[in-house]
Amino acid sequence: MLIPLLRRLLLSLSLVLAPVSMVTADTFVFTAIPDEDETKLIERFQGVADYLSQQLSVDVRYIPVKSYAAAVSAFRNDQVQLAWFGGLSGVQARRLVPGSLALAQGEEDQAFETYFIAHRSTGIEPGTELPQSLRGRTFTFGSKGSTSGRLMPEFFLREQFGEAPESIFSRVGFSGNHTRTLRLVEAGTFEVGALNFKVWEKELADGNVDTSQVQVIWKTPGYPDYQWTVRGDVDERFGTGFTDRLRTALLNLDDPALLASFPRSAFIPASNADYESIRAVAEAIGILE
Amino acid sequence: MPLPATVRVSLLFLVIAIVALAFSDVAITASNPWRDLGRFFLGMLTPDFFSYEGLATALVRTLAFAFVGVGLGSVCGFGLALLYRWRAVRLCSAFVRAIHELFWALIFLQFFGFHPLTGVLAIAIPYTGIFAKVYSEILDDVNPQAAHLLPRGSGTLVSYLYARLPQCWAQIRTYTLYRLECGLRSSAILGFVGLPTLGYYLEASFSQGQYSEAGAMLLLFYALIATIPVWVRRFTLPLYLAAAPFLLGEGFAIRWGNVERFFTEDIVPAPLRNGDGWSGLQDWLADVMVNQAIPGIWNTLVLTQLSLVATGMLALVTFPLISRHFGGPIRRGSGHIFLVVMRSTPEYVLAYILLQLWGPSMLPAAVALALHNGGIIGHLLGRHSSHIGLRSDAPIGLNRYTYELVPRLYRSFLALLFYRWEIIMRETAILGILGIYTLGFYVDSAIQNIQFDRALVLIVLTALLNIGVDKLSRVIRRRLALQTLPTC
Repeated sequence: MLIPLLRRLLLSLSLVLAPVSMVTADTFVFTAIPDEDETKLIERFQGVADYLSQQLSVDVRYIPVKSYAAAVSAFRNDQVQLAWFGGLSGVQARRLVPGSLALAQGEEDQAFETYFIAHRSTGIEPGTELPQSLRGRTFTFGSKGSTSGRLMPEFFLREQFGEAPESIFSRVGFSGNHTRTLRLVEAGTFEVGALNFKVWEKELADGNVDTSQVQVIWKTPGYPDYQWTVRGDVDERFGTGFTDRLRTALLNLDDPALLASFPRSAFIPASNADYESIRAVAEAIGILE
Repeated sequence: MPLPATVRVSLLFLVIAIVALAFSDVAITASNPWRDLGRFFLGMLTPDFFSYEGLATALVRTLAFAFVGVGLGSVCGFGLALLYRWRAVRLCSAFVRAIHELFWALIFLQFFGFHPLTGVLAIAIPYTGIFAKVYSEILDDVNPQAAHLLPRGSGTLVSYLYARLPQCWAQIRTYTLYRLECGLRSSAILGFVGLPTLGYYLEASFSQGQYSEAGAMLLLFYALIATIPVWVRRFTLPLYLAAAPFLLGEGFAIRWGNVERFFTEDIVPAPLRNGDGWSGLQDWLADVMVNQAIPGIWNTLVLTQLSLVATGMLALVTFPLISRHFGGPIRRGSGHIFLVVMRSTPEYVLAYILLQLWGPSMLPAAVALALHNGGIIGHLLGRHSSHIGLRSDAPIGLNRYTYELVPRLYRSFLALLFYRWEIIMRETAILGILGIYTLGFYVDSAIQNIQFDRALVLIVLTALLNIGVDKLSRVIRRRLALQTLPTC
């Protein structure tokens, strides 16, 4: 009587504990900035984890985080050893972890763009520069720590208007991520927004954008963005040459479905120096001290 | 005829709120808020309980963090309550409870990372401060006669355990159980910053517009809270407390180097770290004050005063829903359900939902604060009013409400409202994380920019503001001779 009950209790207990697989010392853990909807991220990076684990013959795990800063902190605290950062978060992370390296970027990340989008009801039409009619509108960035959703749009706004976004617009919000920026402007909650051009194009191609409600009004010039960054001490922990093997594995990633989930056409080599311009902009705006 | 003091104070607060309203940013910016609200309620009516395999785990984690956090807080709080006559202990407790659980979590995340300790301490530390205060108030209230009967030379602890505690044991038990309910709400909310509790999944579902999933989680959460008296019993509680530490999940190993770095580098103001000396520090502090602290404090005050008055109005409107002086059992029953739902939904979750639906402004935050707190006070007032006996020829309807009940309840009402003033302000500050420009917004921005020195200055200022309001509330309650009941 008691033993079956106990067994049942233990079984249910183990079921509860099962989803948390143990993170042992030789598990290679990585994360990514939460720039899109969570289900999409988990799908995408679970694929990457499987691929890397097969290529590197170590246990590889992806952990999702809730904010850009959490991704940087986890990297800094050595709770993850690799991360898919944006331009800005990568600069922040590498500054905090001396010896860490930008390994690879997407083909498109050499000249990444931000799209400014507007709700049709504003009557703002596409143009070659940011129009004066933006004044007094409501505007949303993506996450506070985003390069394409915050840093660069703020840079171009300041360049065009010579003012801080708060004084150009009647209301400035931070949607949290690019997908949400798109949804908020589409719904008219904000009249104007700025987002990662890749997210816009992917959502458009997938038929998830109501173009009768929202359109692109301006495209920024190109700037360097996302990259894979690894800690400098992984060779000590996972064996000599681990960094090189990791880089090779990332550059060789050619599964079309996996690349399409990013979406990138291929990964190419990257270096810390590629992101100097991002650092300079972040310092000018005061995000980096 | 001079107005009574209670009415004068109420009018003063009403005027302040009207002025605050003029300075506030209240708007519905969504172009079609009602469509989304409709979809949300549809989601509540068509809950999908099987979408996440992780849902059961999230519920277990939510419970585990609550039990361990509240358990630890209550033990430490009791210990401190015995030393509460020491000024240092009082100040310390006031300070730690003035900082919201989410702020604590954001701090611990920086060096413990995703370790269960982050969640446990985020609940245990502020709860210790709250327990220390309330337990000491309860203990002070008991009849001291019994302690005099103990043999001479009995120590403090002995006198507490054998003379005081037995007299107020029931009260302590009730209060601790109430705090457990609060702990469940706190634990759920910690998911919003990345801990593996309910809020984690709730945020993910909501932001993607999956209202049926979100609805399922909310319904489960209501069910969990509403059934506490059923599943928390004298013989089950020790079982839960013993099991909870093993159900927190694994997380990552703590590196003490990170802890040391946080305290010796991260929170040292940047100018001191870079060797810019005192003049650099002055410029830095001025920058923090002008650009972050002052706007944050102003918005926090505006929203707090608005929400406080809205809470009061809502409480006065809703208490008849469960009062036995109005309506029959059916109406009272549905009133009960309505108020339970209102007070069981954490303000943070309510504000998050309303912000998604209406767009960002102070309005969703004020409505969320008023609904949650108004629900709590309305519930307590309604219960209280049912104990009032009326003459058989007492008027009915509106006259009964205005001339019989409200005047009799008004003092308790004000006591409860002022008691929650500080709590409302704590929440107002934290709602900034969702994008309203209160102090939490600036704290979150500093953390997003990896400027923990700034974040800490702002958190300390938030705490001081809370302590100030708490003091002011005490003064007002004493002046008006309002009796405070440590029940909420």
